[in-house]
Amino acid sequence: MTNIPETGRSTRVQTRLVVIQILVLSLLATLGGRLWYLQIRQGDEYAEEASGNHVQQVVQPATRGSILDARGVPLADNETRLVVSASRTELLKMKDDGKGVLTKLAAVLGMQPQDVVDKVRLCDAKTPQPCWNGSPYQPIPVTDEATVKQALQIRERAEDFPGITAEPMAVRRYAAPGQSNTAQVLGYLSPVTDEELQKAQDTDSPFLRSDQVGRSGLERQYDKALRGKAGVTRYEVDNLGRVIGEAESDAGTPGSNLVTSIDARVQRVAEYELNEAMKAARKEMDRNTNRLYEADAGAVVVMEAKTGRVVAMASNPDYDPNAWVGGISAKDYKRLTGKDSNYPLLNRATQGQAAPGSIFKVVSSAAAVEAGYDFDGRYDCSSAYNLGGQVFKNFESASYGPISLGRALELSCDTVFYRLAHEEWKKDGGAKPKDPNDFFYKAAHQFGLGKETGIDLPNEVTGRVPDRQWKKDYWEANKDAWCKTGKKDGSYVEKLAYEGCLEGNRLRAGDSINYSIGQGDTLVTPIQMATIYAAIANGGTLYDPSIGKAVVSPDGKQVSAIAPESHGKLPISKTTLAKMDDALAGVATRGTAAWRFGGWPQDKIPMHAKTGTAEVHGKQTTSWFATYTKDYSIVMTISQGGTGSGASGPAVRNIYDALYGVADDGAIDKKKALLPQPQAKLPTIKADGTIPAPKMPKDIVKDLQPDEKLSPEEEYAPVEEQQQGATPPTQNTENRDTRRRRRRGGTGGRGTGGAQGSRRARA
Amino acid sequence: MTGANSFQVSGYGPEKAGWTRLFARDSMARRLDWPILLAAVALSLLGSLLVYSATRNRTELNQGDQYYFLTRHLLNTGIGLALMVGIVWLGHRALRTAVPVLYGASVFLILLVLTPLGSTINGAHSWIKLPGGFSLQPSEFVKLTIILGMAMLLAARVDAGDRQHPDHRTVLQALGLATVPMLIVMLMPDLGSVMVMVIIVLGVLLASGSSNRWVFGLLGAGTAGALAVWQLGILDDYQIARFAAFANPALDPAGVGYNTNQARIAIGSGGLTGSGLFEGSQTTGRFVPEQQTDFVFTVAGEELGFLGAGLIIALLGVVLWRACRIARETTDLYGTVVAAGIVAWFAFQTFENVGMTLGIMPVTGLPLPFVSYGGSSMFAVWMAVGLLQSITVQRPMSA
Repeated sequence: MTNIPETGRSTRVQTRLVVIQILVLSLLATLGGRLWYLQIRQGDEYAEEASGNHVQQVVQPATRGSILDARGVPLADNETRLVVSASRTELLKMKDDGKGVLTKLAAVLGMQPQDVVDKVRLCDAKTPQPCWNGSPYQPIPVTDEATVKQALQIRERAEDFPGITAEPMAVRRYAAPGQSNTAQVLGYLSPVTDEELQKAQDTDSPFLRSDQVGRSGLERQYDKALRGKAGVTRYEVDNLGRVIGEAESDAGTPGSNLVTSIDARVQRVAEYELNEAMKAARKEMDRNTNRLYEADAGAVVVMEAKTGRVVAMASNPDYDPNAWVGGISAKDYKRLTGKDSNYPLLNRATQGQAAPGSIFKVVSSAAAVEAGYDFDGRYDCSSAYNLGGQVFKNFESASYGPISLGRALELSCDTVFYRLAHEEWKKDGGAKPKDPNDFFYKAAHQFGLGKETGIDLPNEVTGRVPDRQWKKDYWEANKDAWCKTGKKDGSYVEKLAYEGCLEGNRLRAGDSINYSIGQGDTLVTPIQMATIYAAIANGGTLYDPSIGKAVVSPDGKQVSAIAPESHGKLPISKTTLAKMDDALAGVATRGTAAWRFGGWPQDKIPMHAKTGTAEVHGKQTTSWFATYTKDYSIVMTISQGGTGSGASGPAVRNIYDALYGVADDGAIDKKKALLPQPQAKLPTIKADGTIPAPKMPKDIVKDLQPDEKLSPEEEYAPVEEQQQGATPPTQNTENRDTRRRRRRGGTGGRGTGGAQGSRRARA
Repeated sequence: MTGANSFQVSGYGPEKAGWTRLFARDSMARRLDWPILLAAVALSLLGSLLVYSATRNRTELNQGDQYYFLTRHLLNTGIGLALMVGIVWLGHRALRTAVPVLYGASVFLILLVLTPLGSTINGAHSWIKLPGGFSLQPSEFVKLTIILGMAMLLAARVDAGDRQHPDHRTVLQALGLATVPMLIVMLMPDLGSVMVMVIIVLGVLLASGSSNRWVFGLLGAGTAGALAVWQLGILDDYQIARFAAFANPALDPAGVGYNTNQARIAIGSGGLTGSGLFEGSQTTGRFVPEQQTDFVFTVAGEELGFLGAGLIIALLGVVLWRACRIARETTDLYGTVVAAGIVAWFAFQTFENVGMTLGIMPVTGLPLPFVSYGGSSMFAVWMAVGLLQSITVQRPMSA
């Protein structure tokens, strides 16, 4: 205060001015301090936040790899569709939460407004499908079937449709080449869930918000290879998301293609024949229940005998896997997962299990030989086997006297196996077992039963070998319930529970006897039986069944072949195997399956077969038919379908006919043969990585049976254009049309409707 | 000091005005407060760069001309300088007689804002649209006329030597004079300006030597008034939301907290030296709203860093420091009160404006003196500088 003027100014004013000055300075100091704190102390944090602010990631989803059949025909590929999506974040900014926009959108798309609103809502525990279970920050697809006109309408009037985009996008397509469906084998995709996203976060293949994930079948098994790596481009953007700055991009790689051992043509034949066989069975009267057979489910596996590769795998009932593309509708989802449709999502070849019946006898025969019985010995095939008043009958009480094990296989004589199993049970100590050998049960395990075959499909079931351990475990788990409900003189079920309560923990004589012919608590899957019969065909090697044959990188440069692997050898000596082979050939020529292989060129293509008719309490019999040639094994089963040869026989024969080009009279037309030898080589991979697909016939079944009138369900509208999808260049190696015309004009060929009918006749 | 005698303070009547005063360099040059002038010019030029950086790619604002805001800011600065020169030329004492007219005119203008002639920008109905794309914000001028009016009333009897301090009656009159425009501005509602005016009134009362009772009474009344405003729902929702966001910026980072959050990110990311002029991602990315006006300080923070933003605070500090000095060194109470009122005005507006970008004050629509884009604000602050210069030019040289 050196400059106090000489004005008589009061010190009050002067003091206050100083106070003001100090106050002002302290305010400025506060600002300076705060500025220092923000910029110097916390500067790094804010810098990071700023970069997160203005950097936007744009994800270009990787094109999912195709799934190809053995010749390169795409079973699953991608097609470009116009996808209309709605951004929830944008919609929620509107006063009516975007209702108005969605209603307008519905009008353009020709949908119900409520349907559009439902598709855009988020899934939670209480919300039924349709709903969105992906990220709420990701555009939600409303439809992937927009027309160009609709897309243009939306894009040209962008201001009327805030938050709505119409973009071309690659979506999955299950091409169903030549009407082959392959639904359960291929599986399906659905959007990644939050949980999966979290889980995969720190792994080497993290998910992206927009990812579709394989949920079953090959799509799931080979998900990682098929998915590829999405490209990420980082843009600097302004507050409205407009790109203003440099972009840094991380190019993605498309998914690899999976070449499978499936042959789409054989697959089509297998599916068709399975369905036909089931339809035929439904027209048959079941003498036991006096009802028509229900034939509610079935499966067929065509396997390469020397590699375990699956050429065709059909499961019935089936479904159209395209139902999942672009989000499944509520109706479809209910239908596919409901009881009424009998769970078509299940792959009954690997996930369906049933008692094997007589096709199990190859296991029992091998066990008997292991136990010391001579394969060529003489065993009494009486009409019935008596166990303390309990009578175990032969099928239709047939009696053949003393026969060898081979003949017992041919005739499917039960009493021979009853006797042997009972004898072994007694040797093992009977009701009081002492160091039991359990040859029959050991053999089943050695044949690979009771555990997964290791096929490259998810959620394979194990089946069941009802050995002592299992009995014990099962009893532990159920005894309380059994002892509660069991009644000595009650109904069949109550009696069973009563017995179970008393002695369910022990392996009883009756258990062993039933078990020896594949009855009782034994459960097997079709894929297990196909593996076993393939092993018998190939000299005893149990191969892990496989569908994937090679994973081919998108540029075609890296081909990682999937080599066949084995999980064991059959417990049969070479000589016994040869004898069993003879016996199974006998089944096809003079045994229980002979009537189904009339006219088969056995000298050129030795056929081996075993029939099975398994009884299931409270249900109709399960039809089993296990067969093999030197190259293939085919196993078919139809639940509640009747006898082995009766219900499944014609279908299996027809599949063989198609494979080898065999006519009813036994003539082999190599040109008609679809696959006389397994497809050993991988399809050609071009220099640009594409895999050309051979032209597929519109429907191979029609080609093979030109004169047969197809039932209405099986008649498909002609497809205008044969689309071969993702691996474009089509190699037109053969001209199917010419062939068909020639066949139509030609003589003989395949059986007429009449011949077909007679072959389906009942035993 | 030849010719200095013509500047001798000799009375309170209007001085003879003339170009000679300005161009008598030997005296003017010495008497002008150069630090204030240079700091104000530096702030205005720095402001023009920041405004340019904030608007050069905002085509929705600059009508396709990236220099639109730059040239206008420079033009406003030029007009402001001219106004300053005019006021120095006239002299603050000469203006004193015109104060009632100026006061009346400014009150008339803010009344006009309430008529259909006024227009609303950002929730505040404080503008008058003029032809040619110009708009006027009369509340900026009211700040000035309140200072002048109150100073005139409060200093009249003291400067006349009648009293040592203003009596209660004069204080009441002065408060009444300030209250009328404040109520009108509150109706707009332009709460930020009302807050500035309250601080101005406080500063003016303090500097005038009014009794402590008035000063503390007013402080109490101000607090009570603020509470009443809150309780009676005079505030609009957007204003309450702003305060809520101030109290807890993380409350709704995409909504009302957005401004403060983005502003703080912009400043914080600047670090010591900033990203460089025109290089700020927050600025070029338009993440901070109102960045050429209320949030102009964020541009400095991001692009010029602690050094640049600190320089702006320092330059404003120079202006305020010198203004305080002028208030202290002036012999007449009128000059002191006017200077103190200007100090209160500038100081609070600076603290509020910079403070809100730093997250220590709630968001209100107040411009940063000299730096923010805006004609009315620029003219008003330069006129205030003119008054300060006039006060310093006309005070007697200390011995």
